[in-house]
Amino acid sequence: MSKLAEIFQKHQDDIVADWSKGMSSANRRKDLISDADLKAQSTELFAAIAKASKTGSLSDIEGSDWREVREILSSISASRAKQGFTPTETASFVLSLKQPVNSRLRKEMAKDPEGLIDETTTANGLIDKMALHTSEAFLTTREQLIARQQEDMLELSTPVVKLWDGILALPVIGTLDSARTQVVMESLLKTIVETNSKIAIIDITGVPTVDTLVAQHLLKTITAARLMGAECIISGIRPQIAQTIVHLGINLNDIITKSKMADAFALALQRTGKIVVSMNKAAAPKKTEHGKDN
Amino acid sequence: MAPQKTETLPIKTASDIVAARQAVRLWAAEMKFSLVDQTKIVTATSELARNTVQHGGGGHMVMSIVESGIHQGLHLVFEDKGPGIADVEAAMRDGFTTAGGMGLGLSGSKRLMSQFTIETKVGEGTRVAVTRWK
Amino acid sequence: MERIPILRMGSFLLVTIQVDMHDQLAMTLQDDLTSAIAKFEARGVLIDISSLEIVDSFIGRMLANIAAMSRILDAHTVLVGMQPAVAITLVELGMSLPGVRTALNVESGMELLHALSESPEETEADGAAEN
Repeated sequence: MSKLAEIFQKHQDDIVADWSKGMSSANRRKDLISDADLKAQSTELFAAIAKASKTGSLSDIEGSDWREVREILSSISASRAKQGFTPTETASFVLSLKQPVNSRLRKEMAKDPEGLIDETTTANGLIDKMALHTSEAFLTTREQLIARQQEDMLELSTPVVKLWDGILALPVIGTLDSARTQVVMESLLKTIVETNSKIAIIDITGVPTVDTLVAQHLLKTITAARLMGAECIISGIRPQIAQTIVHLGINLNDIITKSKMADAFALALQRTGKIVVSMNKAAAPKKTEHGKDN
Repeated sequence: MAPQKTETLPIKTASDIVAARQAVRLWAAEMKFSLVDQTKIVTATSELARNTVQHGGGGHMVMSIVESGIHQGLHLVFEDKGPGIADVEAAMRDGFTTAGGMGLGLSGSKRLMSQFTIETKVGEGTRVAVTRWK
Repeated sequence: MERIPILRMGSFLLVTIQVDMHDQLAMTLQDDLTSAIAKFEARGVLIDISSLEIVDSFIGRMLANIAAMSRILDAHTVLVGMQPAVAITLVELGMSLPGVRTALNVESGMELLHALSESPEETEADGAAEN
């Protein structure tokens, strides 16, 4: 066991006490974390470090001996990322361990200056590595957060609107990737059930391109809607998309397509037993009747 | 990383298929899979458990929660000591059937899950492992 | 033995599947339903699966079989109330149940059955086009 590891074992409580003291005076984020929590976290972390340094390498924290340390670091960074700490503040938590460790080394190895330099270098390297690990874990947590927000945005990005009793419309705008198509289609099918709609118009006027995968998702959705007892009409297929669909060999033969959403709506009304009548035309016979009466 | 939680269920009779579906549904719901994902996982379970009963002469299912990076997944293994499958490629094709079914058991469950592996040896049995990542 | 009840409403039969179906129960339903169609000279069958949480290939096949058998027995089958998650899964599984008519709920299913049994010839052609 190296001298450093020995010191870690022997002076575990002192180092943690020094560390906590240093941190609590430097803890500028008392709004985000209490001194007590900070103390608990540092005690847990340092106990794990002391344990890992007994058997593990001191120059590499990727080994299995350091797993517990890595897990604690990751969970600390994750919770801090969520609490709103900056990456610097999070890394500083680990880096602030240098001070108590170095002063402890100086005290214990005063008679061996050369050994002191070696051990100090090892200790600093080790702490730097742990700090880097927190930064990485911090970023991972942020990425997860972003991914979740993207998901939320997906759900908001394409609203399903009710055009008439029993008729829904889904105006899709922007590029359809697989993830988005799936989310959009799920919400369409759910709304079909909720609003008891027999017909859904999927308008893709605002979609610049359709690839095989997206076309397949569209087809699957239409089939799923059919299984539920609803019919889908696709409208607004641009000429380029029509070309792509044919070139890709996608079979849309069983699907009702209309060039404009207005045509699709007219068809949907007709299917649900309704017609649109112009006011003038509707009024015209009345006028003649009036004429006759007069 | 080692699985967080595992459980083994016997898959020997038709009622075991129902029990397997219910157990998997419970786990998938606990793991907060979306309703659509839950339905896909449970349906795949039903297909694979039925294969174990009908073709493998019974066996068992091991379910476990696994982790990879930031993702959590539900991992299911169906094992039997049945006759095995002579032509796996053919068995994986849509519409391939020896039991008079739709022939969608293997190919369909593959589409419903994120990962699918099959190991089989004629005369020794079949092991199908599937995972659905969140 | 456990059985799924079949209700008779005039010339129509109504089945509501509410349990997580055992394979044997599905087979029994298929037998019971075909016998009931013949016995009551039913013109239509309505199967409500709104409480079913999954439909796997086995149940899917049973539903397709019931539709095909009832057609031979001169009755129409309408499947109602399939949940979105179930429909998405079934499509992903590779089953689109061609030849099975569907409706959103029991009410629209009944309307469809009435329409189908009132104008048999037209509906046959219509059915072929839609499938």
